[in-house]
Amino acid sequence: MSSSDAGVLVALVGNPNTGKSTLFNALTGLRQRVGNYPGVTVSRKSGTCDLGDGQKVELVDLPGLYSLAAASPDEQVVIDALSGNIAGDRRPDAVVMVVDATNLLRNLFLASQVAELGLPLVLVLNQADVAQEQGLRIDTELLSRRLGGVPVILTSAWKGEGIPEVRGGLAEALSRRTPMKRVTWPVDIAGALAGVAQAASADTGKAISAADAQRLLFDTNAATAERLGWTLERREKPLRSARERVRNSGYNPMAAEPLVHYAQLRVVLDGVVTEGLGKAGRTAAVDRLLLHRLLGPVLFLGIMLGFFASVFWLAKFPMDWIQLGVDWTKGVVAPPLSPYPMLQSLVADGILGGVGAFLVFLPQILILFLFIGILEDSGYMARAAFIMDRLFSWCGLNGKSFVPMLSGFACAIPSLLSTRTIEDPKARLATAFVVPFMSCSARFPIYALMCAAFIGPLYGPGWESLVMVGMHCVGLVFAVPTAFVLTRLVLKVKPQPFVLELPRYQMPKPRDVVWRMWQNAAEFVSKAGTVIFAITIIVWALSYFPRDASVAERIRAEHPTESAEQVKARVQAAYVEQSYMGRFGKAIQPVFDPLGFDWKITVGVLASFPAREVIVSTLGVTYSVGEGAEADSQDLRKAMQDAKWSEGPRAGTPIFSLAAVLALMVFFALCSQCGPTIATLAQETGGWRWAAGSFVYMTTLAWIVSMAVYQVVIRLT
Amino acid sequence: MTPLSQLLPGQFGKLASLNPERGVDQRLMALGLLPGMVLKLIRKAPLGDPLAVEFCGQVVSLRLAEAENLIIDVSADCPIQRPRQP
Repeated sequence: MSSSDAGVLVALVGNPNTGKSTLFNALTGLRQRVGNYPGVTVSRKSGTCDLGDGQKVELVDLPGLYSLAAASPDEQVVIDALSGNIAGDRRPDAVVMVVDATNLLRNLFLASQVAELGLPLVLVLNQADVAQEQGLRIDTELLSRRLGGVPVILTSAWKGEGIPEVRGGLAEALSRRTPMKRVTWPVDIAGALAGVAQAASADTGKAISAADAQRLLFDTNAATAERLGWTLERREKPLRSARERVRNSGYNPMAAEPLVHYAQLRVVLDGVVTEGLGKAGRTAAVDRLLLHRLLGPVLFLGIMLGFFASVFWLAKFPMDWIQLGVDWTKGVVAPPLSPYPMLQSLVADGILGGVGAFLVFLPQILILFLFIGILEDSGYMARAAFIMDRLFSWCGLNGKSFVPMLSGFACAIPSLLSTRTIEDPKARLATAFVVPFMSCSARFPIYALMCAAFIGPLYGPGWESLVMVGMHCVGLVFAVPTAFVLTRLVLKVKPQPFVLELPRYQMPKPRDVVWRMWQNAAEFVSKAGTVIFAITIIVWALSYFPRDASVAERIRAEHPTESAEQVKARVQAAYVEQSYMGRFGKAIQPVFDPLGFDWKITVGVLASFPAREVIVSTLGVTYSVGEGAEADSQDLRKAMQDAKWSEGPRAGTPIFSLAAVLALMVFFALCSQCGPTIATLAQETGGWRWAAGSFVYMTTLAWIVSMAVYQVVIRLT
Repeated sequence: MTPLSQLLPGQFGKLASLNPERGVDQRLMALGLLPGMVLKLIRKAPLGDPLAVEFCGQVVSLRLAEAENLIIDVSADCPIQRPRQP
């Protein structure tokens, strides 16, 4: 039985790069739950923290931020959570404020803003070991006294030092309920704040807290006013006159808050920190190398290529094992079910296929997040963004878009998850939207089949490799203008200034990295995984039903001389042809006719919705070469080379002309035939709106470009 | 008086003025970049943009376009600061 259910809630707040997550993991010992805040794509991490005296509290890890003047959704969540304005969440009973002991002044600005909420507070000065190395001595008792008696604790969460003291300090804060000393506002600002509170209260009928009044007066965004229901017409006049009063007293109203806080914090810190002799850290020296004008980009490319190659190649082994495991399970489960063919196919192709369909992404997700964890926690991720930003800023993205876009060449699924490292919501959404354009490894089998069967034999290996490389660039060529148009014209989200701290380099803590990797994988399985499973089952059912036994008998009667294997392949082809999927494919074939696709290719396109590479095995079935055909299947290549149009104006000409082959590859380079991508996009953008938009946009674009390729090439050849 | 965007790497000075109406300047003020503060342009990114700027014991990256409004007094008497870069 845990008393956390009964309800003590404590919020963990702090600047980014203060070791907040490490402290959270140390305090909760990985007894954590991950969820989402309602309506936004900000995850809510909470865990049970033992206070050492038998008391257990729920600790919630709020996103890292520098100021309560909210600009991004992450920051808004912190303000809403601290003031108890999140549906289904209580107002916290206390705050654990984490600050970087090596830079107290800047870190205490946020603490000082949080103090305005009047909550009991514990001040944790983390990274005390680094401060000591730098020769900084901090008088915690003096600081505690100056801040109104709140517990002030030195910790090194990385080394696990000071954690019991934090638990004790929290217990003390909860029992004594001491709030941190608040800032003293100059008379005119205090008057303006009182005026705003009064006007807002009169107009809305709600009690206005001091913190609310400050957000209303100091912030340019209207989030607080909207939450209180204070309409623009009503608030405009009182806010303007309050800001005028602040201005007349000599403060720019937009600058008053940091000016007053920082001025008073300097007084608070006077004599608290003494600088002795210490070692300057190595960060500046490492930066001279890693951010060097010429060496920097070279090292950057080396690191990123190594990272990409690992995601691509290392993941292959566990992916093969998963495939082997799924096949082995099929081999065990399927034979006893042979008296019931429908059940057998459901279990083998539907259920096991569906489980395999999302399990197969796990190795790449785990490896990608291992690397991202190392890059972020070491401090290099911010440098990577610094080096790359210029290449991305002109089309509305930023330097942090690079890692998701690069890993998109391996697989869109982990890349979409990695867009979470982008703080700016506009750039995050735009990056997530263009990641599926990157030529992922699932497109490779299609290019390989088409190039090996048609381009190579007809034009030689030179052209074959050229086409392979070209196909990998098609997506990128369309992704960049898409990002440009999306960020300039479509997305109405306010862009964030790209102000990025280049933090101190630090050794990543293995436990934190592994834990984050695991949490991302678990969230993917529970959210997108279930959708991917459902899509696989639905597509299986559409390709399986109806299944009339008379079809098989008719085929056997028509081909009495052929081997059992050939007949089996013909039966499978016939079944797919008259399944719902086959009928649907035939019905909409006219839509794909301008692209040069016959009904068999159309069925292949539709059936590959769970995963692009499925088109190869579907073509294997519809071209009667049997199940399990792969890109290097000689039978499939031959069947496709021999395929001719049987009717219509093109009767007698090959189906797979150069024009059709190029059109098919271009279509797969640009289309959105990947259910898992759509499911993950929905998970990461917080709804189906963007996922549906991406599907419609990519499919339309693929159709238009592919049609243009076919129509031009068919006239030239 | 020079905009930060025109400083050379290694140059430093005191912040003379910024534009508190701009979102980026509000962010920088929250990080402690207030008038009178000493700041130093550490380096430019390999492609010339963004800039790495040091102030208040921290290094922050900001874009050239965002640095235009930060006016620096390079002639101001800046006390030699202990290298507090982490």
